[in-house]
Amino acid sequence: MKIEDKKRVLREMVLHRRFEERCYQAYIERKIGGFLHLYPGQEACCNGVMEAARPGHDYVITGYRDHVHAIKCGADPKEVMAELYGKETGCSKGRGGSMHIFDVKHRFMGGYALVGGPFPLAAGMAKAIQLKGGDEIAICFLGDAANNQGVFHETMNMAALWKLPVLFVCENNLYGIGTAIERSTAIVHQHKRVCAYGIEAAECDGQDVEKVYAAARVAVDHVRHGKGPYFLELMTYRYRGHSMSDSRGYRSREEEEMWKQRDPIFILRDRLVAEKALTLAEFEAMEKEIDAYIENEVIKFAEESPEPRVEDLEKYVLADRETQLPWLTGKAA
Amino acid sequence: MANIMYWEAIQRAHDEEMARDPLVICMGEDIGVAGGTYKATKGLYEKYGPLRVIDTPISEGGFTGLGIGASFLGVRPVIEIMSVNFAWLAMDQMFNSAAKVRYMSGGQLTAPCVFRAAGGAAHQLGAQHSARMEKVFMGIAGLRVVTPSNPKQAYGLLKSAIRCDDPVFINEHELMYNMKGEVPDTEYFHPLEGSEVARAGTDITLFGYNISVHWCLKAAEILDKQYGISAEVIDLYCLSPLDRAGIKASVAKTHRAVIAEEDEAPVGVGAEVMAIINEECFFELDAAPVRVHSAMVPQPYNHTLEKATIPDHEDVVKAVLKLFGKA
Repeated sequence: MKIEDKKRVLREMVLHRRFEERCYQAYIERKIGGFLHLYPGQEACCNGVMEAARPGHDYVITGYRDHVHAIKCGADPKEVMAELYGKETGCSKGRGGSMHIFDVKHRFMGGYALVGGPFPLAAGMAKAIQLKGGDEIAICFLGDAANNQGVFHETMNMAALWKLPVLFVCENNLYGIGTAIERSTAIVHQHKRVCAYGIEAAECDGQDVEKVYAAARVAVDHVRHGKGPYFLELMTYRYRGHSMSDSRGYRSREEEEMWKQRDPIFILRDRLVAEKALTLAEFEAMEKEIDAYIENEVIKFAEESPEPRVEDLEKYVLADRETQLPWLTGKAA
Repeated sequence: MANIMYWEAIQRAHDEEMARDPLVICMGEDIGVAGGTYKATKGLYEKYGPLRVIDTPISEGGFTGLGIGASFLGVRPVIEIMSVNFAWLAMDQMFNSAAKVRYMSGGQLTAPCVFRAAGGAAHQLGAQHSARMEKVFMGIAGLRVVTPSNPKQAYGLLKSAIRCDDPVFINEHELMYNMKGEVPDTEYFHPLEGSEVARAGTDITLFGYNISVHWCLKAAEILDKQYGISAEVIDLYCLSPLDRAGIKASVAKTHRAVIAEEDEAPVGVGAEVMAIINEECFFELDAAPVRVHSAMVPQPYNHTLEKATIPDHEDVVKAVLKLFGKA
């Protein structure tokens, strides 16, 4: 990666980290309700892959840990935070919440909260791309535990059979909710599971964004050039619990500390410092600037935005009636 | 008007829509090279090729989800579930993805796909191939549910379902694919909402849908000829949303109602129609409405037991006579 790109990505990763930490605080303050799944520790995964792809052009879909993926695709952090606050200005108009961030204009096709659910949806988007003949690809980000759903195997089979342009990114953070991967899954290294379907696959360090970027370039090129699906496994770690109700009693503080030694932001920061492209003072100033942006713009926007109107409760259940009348009444022109 | 079979009507709707729009596709088990278990996609593979007429692996959850994902990008898939019993495996995707995506995205995304499934009790297919499951689908917000009782409806409902931007579940019946009926020669769109008066009458309303419309029609004839009772038959081809106004209008006229369904009674169409009658026209009633429904058992294999499980026109006649105090 070029120095300028690395500096930009570092800045983005800091924004992603601080955004998520601010969500944590807002949840404690009861500004955010429901379930909240946070991303700190895994930033290099989404950033490395999307640097190799084309955000806003390629179709991206993921699970419920979805805020950062949406922002990386181009969603406005203000609208994502407003969504978490349940406001009408939220990217899903306050109807979705943390687990259902959507920003279709940037081709972020949503966060889905049934584990493994996005696998076939991603393959279906790839099928649509294949039919239409575009150069987009579909990218599906999911965790390791999703691979234990039957629909994982069903989708891998169809994606390989029909050579669909879909990239599966497995963010292997070693835990499915509160169960360690070696206690739930016969093999830890998930990329081995797709070889039975003849799908190209690789494993990569998910903490170093440059390594992720390099591996993702190979993966994206493969998919974009019509060679069929690709499965990229990124070994990573989430610092916080599965959701806010999780106090992490199932793992040791020593293990967490060990992973924090390989923090994706610090790895990139230290590299830029060593390359004399950044000073620690500059980094700290950037952090402060991002915190100020989050507080003065993102949180302010969410706080000040209006609630959805109760009169609009049933809006969006079905397509606007007026537009569907020929089929609803049988009076087609 | 052509006199064609139910499966031919469905095949024609597919063919016309696929010829019109290259983004209309169909997918399911054995629908392509094999031509479809009930021939509903016969000849389409040869005409439109394997990219648009997709023989899927036996992976109902997977291929249903795949069709839904394709619909996010404007493709209009018609997804055949070979037997509605297998739809249990696809319901996560149908309900959690297709039916909810418009709402949870605040109107940004929609899943304009059609799910077709053959349901109902046929001939001794046993517990896992005989289910009637329309009650499950009609309770899901964001999903339209229709169920054709004749070839004209089978043709026109599929045409409208493909054009509609909402996901639509079409409940067909294994015993009805060879039924013949008149279908207009020109293009026809059957309304996705409402109900139809299949036979006008004055003394009682018989509500049916799909196969039970035919029990009701046969019962109405017997009631007329043998007992002098004039029964109106309402065809509830749309199960979600149910036609409140149509139900009310007929009961307000006849003051009596019997609801016939092939499904078990609890949480079913009959229960729902009764609730609507209670809410809309309770004081119009001259007698308590009655449901005719199957026994609450997993479908038995044995022929005699199977017959005892599923109601027919005679059960409808009995229910009406009892309601009139003639039995």
